[in-house]
Amino acid sequence: MMESTFLSYLPYCVAGFPLLGFVINTLVALLWAKNQKPGSEALVKLVGCLFPILAFILSLICFSILRNSPEGMVISPPALFRWIDTALLTVDFRFMIDPLTATMMLVVTGVGSLIHIYATGYMHGDQGFARFYAYLNLFLFFMLLLIMGNNLLVLFVGWEGVGLCSYLLIGFWFTDEEKAKCGKKAFIVNRIGDFGFLLGIFLVMHTFLSQSQSSDLNFLDYSFIAQHKDLFLSEATLIALCFFAGAAGKSAQIPLYVWLPDAMAGPTPVSALIHAATMVTAGIFMIARLYFLYELAPVALQVVAIIGLLTALMAASIALTQTDIKKVLAYSTVSQLGYMFLALGVGAPQAAIFHVVTHAFFKACLFLCAGSVIYALHHQQDIRHMGGLFKKIPVTSLAFLVSTIAIAGIPPLAGFFSKDEILFHTFTHAPRIFYIVGFLVSGLTSFYMFRLFTLVFLGKYRGHLEPHYLPLAMDAPIAILAVLALVGGFIGVPEVLGGTNRISHWLAFLSTEIHGEEVAHHGTELILMGISSAWALITAFMAFSLYLKNPEWTKTLKEKCQQLYNLVSRKYYVDEIYDGIFVRPLVWLSHKFFWKGMDEAIIDGVMVHGFADISLVASRIISRFQSGFLGHYVVFFVLGLIGIMFYLAVG
Amino acid sequence: MELINNHILTILIAFPVVVSFVFLIIPREEKKLLMYLAGLSALVEFIFSLHLYFYFKNTGSFEFIEIKPWILTWKINYFVGVDGVSLFLVLLITFLMPLVLWSACSSIKVRVKEFVVSMLILESSMIGVFCALDLFLFYVFWEVMLVPMYLLIGVWGGKNRIYATIKFFLYTMAGSVLMLVAILFLYYQGGNTFNLVELYEHTLGFTAQLWLFLAFALAFAIKVPLFPFHTWLPDAHVEAPTSGSVILAGVLLKMGTYGFFRFAMPLFPEAFDLLKPYLVILAVIGIVYGALVAMVQTDMKKLIAYSSVSHLGLVMLGLFSLNPTGMQGALYQMLNHGISTGVLFLLVGVLYDRTHSREISLYGGIAKAMPIYATFFLLATMASIGLPLTNGFVGEFLTLAGSFQTIQIPTIIGATGIVLSAVYMLWLVERVFFGKLKTPGGQTLLDITRQEFLILLPFIILIFWMGIYPKPFLSKMNRPIENLLIQLAPEQTEEGPVQIHEEIHMR
Repeated sequence: MMESTFLSYLPYCVAGFPLLGFVINTLVALLWAKNQKPGSEALVKLVGCLFPILAFILSLICFSILRNSPEGMVISPPALFRWIDTALLTVDFRFMIDPLTATMMLVVTGVGSLIHIYATGYMHGDQGFARFYAYLNLFLFFMLLLIMGNNLLVLFVGWEGVGLCSYLLIGFWFTDEEKAKCGKKAFIVNRIGDFGFLLGIFLVMHTFLSQSQSSDLNFLDYSFIAQHKDLFLSEATLIALCFFAGAAGKSAQIPLYVWLPDAMAGPTPVSALIHAATMVTAGIFMIARLYFLYELAPVALQVVAIIGLLTALMAASIALTQTDIKKVLAYSTVSQLGYMFLALGVGAPQAAIFHVVTHAFFKACLFLCAGSVIYALHHQQDIRHMGGLFKKIPVTSLAFLVSTIAIAGIPPLAGFFSKDEILFHTFTHAPRIFYIVGFLVSGLTSFYMFRLFTLVFLGKYRGHLEPHYLPLAMDAPIAILAVLALVGGFIGVPEVLGGTNRISHWLAFLSTEIHGEEVAHHGTELILMGISSAWALITAFMAFSLYLKNPEWTKTLKEKCQQLYNLVSRKYYVDEIYDGIFVRPLVWLSHKFFWKGMDEAIIDGVMVHGFADISLVASRIISRFQSGFLGHYVVFFVLGLIGIMFYLAVG
Repeated sequence: MELINNHILTILIAFPVVVSFVFLIIPREEKKLLMYLAGLSALVEFIFSLHLYFYFKNTGSFEFIEIKPWILTWKINYFVGVDGVSLFLVLLITFLMPLVLWSACSSIKVRVKEFVVSMLILESSMIGVFCALDLFLFYVFWEVMLVPMYLLIGVWGGKNRIYATIKFFLYTMAGSVLMLVAILFLYYQGGNTFNLVELYEHTLGFTAQLWLFLAFALAFAIKVPLFPFHTWLPDAHVEAPTSGSVILAGVLLKMGTYGFFRFAMPLFPEAFDLLKPYLVILAVIGIVYGALVAMVQTDMKKLIAYSSVSHLGLVMLGLFSLNPTGMQGALYQMLNHGISTGVLFLLVGVLYDRTHSREISLYGGIAKAMPIYATFFLLATMASIGLPLTNGFVGEFLTLAGSFQTIQIPTIIGATGIVLSAVYMLWLVERVFFGKLKTPGGQTLLDITRQEFLILLPFIILIFWMGIYPKPFLSKMNRPIENLLIQLAPEQTEEGPVQIHEEIHMR
């Protein structure tokens, strides 16, 4: 479809620009590591923001090309080079842009650029300014690899790469040991998921190598797998579950969600970009990408839905009790990701991606607002020391309010449409209990978000320090994101409300099932919408009245259910349980049993030294015979003689 | 050119020794000059060795062959040659040597003359080990190599060096003595020849194979080291000077894996077939066990030493999987380990030169004082834990992906190594580099010097080159693997190996 050879390489530039930014910023960071030059920050700012914006512009071009080409068309540039070339497997370094990729590209580069701009204000004056932008640019590069690759291995490169950046950025202020620990935890928990991901890849290979007659060895390409998906009928469930393990790691689902709340140790723009808007949705992207496999494995889809639902419920309940502004948002992210997995599990990948998009808008906005609040209040993150900020930082407050309404699912803001589509699909395609739990969680969401809003922005200011002035570089991106949170839902207005649900049609290719609301259900859909809107409003009102009007009620409630409250506010003790079951025993086993016991005591002590001791003792005994006394030798001689004669006589 | 092609291996083997003779006439006070000349000759050697790469034709059989009768009554020949596997191992040696010698300039202060002579003799003998195609010649190089290594640890080592040296020496001798017996036995059983190519053609009886395989395997397993023959390694590494550690980890350990690939497996295929499950189990234990013990170490060098046990276990797993992709990954991982672990030892050496301690608990927050050093260390760590776009990923992925096709359960257990390696390496990084700067005298710690930078840079370049564009390396390893697979299943020419053969050639 592309005539010019130069232009056909255009998609590589999308990822290439942030990479270039990374290289330049790294050089700046290393050259001026010790003595920061005054001009370096301006240069870093320019480079760090310019390249993501260029990537965004190119993404827009790619998107419009795809939009104007006939349905089912995919932009498939020639391979950049052959990466792995072995007897049984070849992997090209190659991109591919289909509607799913294009959508994600716009989100990643668009929201990414805004956050890059925001960070110029937030990180201003930081010692590691250049390093920060280097990591952030590198993250965009890997994220783009992740979504643009045309095969599983390029996806995996991006997958591990964003994990690396996440590790580096969570521990960005590495002189604080706690923060460094959080980064390490994120990386290791993700690696546990990656273990599953790799096994999935191996299983795909195994399936092909044992069954396919084809001599084509590019079998990690999505298109190749999709063409030969019949081969997977027997293995699909296992493969799907392996990949889901990877997704659960990256997208923070039970039992691997524990790293995400800790990831809030990173600078807030990082939390917004990586741990809310983009990287954590990679798991959803992956499953949507491989949805044709999941459709062969209904059991795996059930698992995805159940895990998603449980995560959504548990995280939402924890969010009710947190007092750190970023922790509330983190658990909210975990909970929303659970929603997306629920959508995938009940057969609506389109709705899942739709929610990825809207969530990127409002959650990024919420995090940036939180960043502004933290910045304004001199690094105060405890909501018990906030309150009454509405007048002091109006732009932030208004944007926060808009995003809160959006995430709560109140029409007609972005979250309403995407969440409603998920709930509606759950209602029609899954057991009723799934819907009930999902419905409950949507109420909890609205409640804890309005609780947060009330405690931070309404009432009286409970802090001591006078809030900072916020620079335009921070306010402008927030405003743009707030507008997106306001109107972003209109890309997916359902037919029942007179829309055409454009995003659903755009992504219709993801599932083979004919998507789109059945007319017969229109009545039901309207009723459900009404109920859930009302439910969101009621819970929002409850939060208002509890935390603004009657704060003493919350205290009584807390005291009445002291134990339950402790259980929830301590995050169900999951970290402690993991520590007790996995970490400590493993360290103990390795130290006491393997190292001291096996290596030092048995192998070295008994075997190696034992061997040495035996030869030492033996040589001592034998050396006794060489006493130097002639008399001894005569005795030995005679004894020997007798022995020989005896032997001869008997023999 | 013909002349060079015919004698290049001999030149490579002889050159360092010849240079070391020249050194005898240089007075021992001229420390700078000695170091300089040694480094220079190692560099020249490296440039020579590039000839191998550029003129390697990838014919599938041994190239640059040179064969000269040596001891006629025993039909012992000076017989050398390389294939696509030994080629890169020779290059690995010649690549490491100049950098190691250069780095030693600042750390070796006593007995410099003896040091450089030992290093050069070591280089010759190591290259000899990988080129020898005559079993007797191989054994000679194998033993000669031990002597300078023994001296390196024993003379320039740390506090407990004598214990470590004797342990190292006895461990390896125990293996090689049995191997010598086996080689002599093989001579009589295998048609009175030490010629490896001729021995490949010869089929031995099963019982003979079994005993011979056990003897060879023990020698190689100690060198690898396979669990439970590994306890010499941590001690040797901890006591050895930096240069010794780099060579030990970078090259010596590969002699074990190479030995399996070149001798033990193809010469005794039936015995190998019988014992394969046990070897796979040992390899897998090595991966997990090495990683877990590495996790709880308190000494940096010991930690990296145990991580070698884990990494080499993975190499063995891939090699024993008998899947072409898995074996290719394993052979590639041998090179990767030489580079990434080599650079890790160099990096620890850099820190040791400044603070004279390898105790992890003494450090903390080094990244603040030495940002460039920290960057290098982090990059080496990424290669070691196999992050994509570094060499380690290509090796680990191919090894595991290939092994999975033939031995699934051991591969799944072995694959936990990717999680565990992240645990112990990142924990090390966290404890040494992050947190508050608490190292005594930490504020005045010097970041890496220009010289150190230039020594480390080639490693980093190679890490990324081999991770992003592995083709120049991988493409040359196909044929030797093919040959080994044919060798391993000569009876079933109807199905197994031919099929693999065809699969490879279909492309």
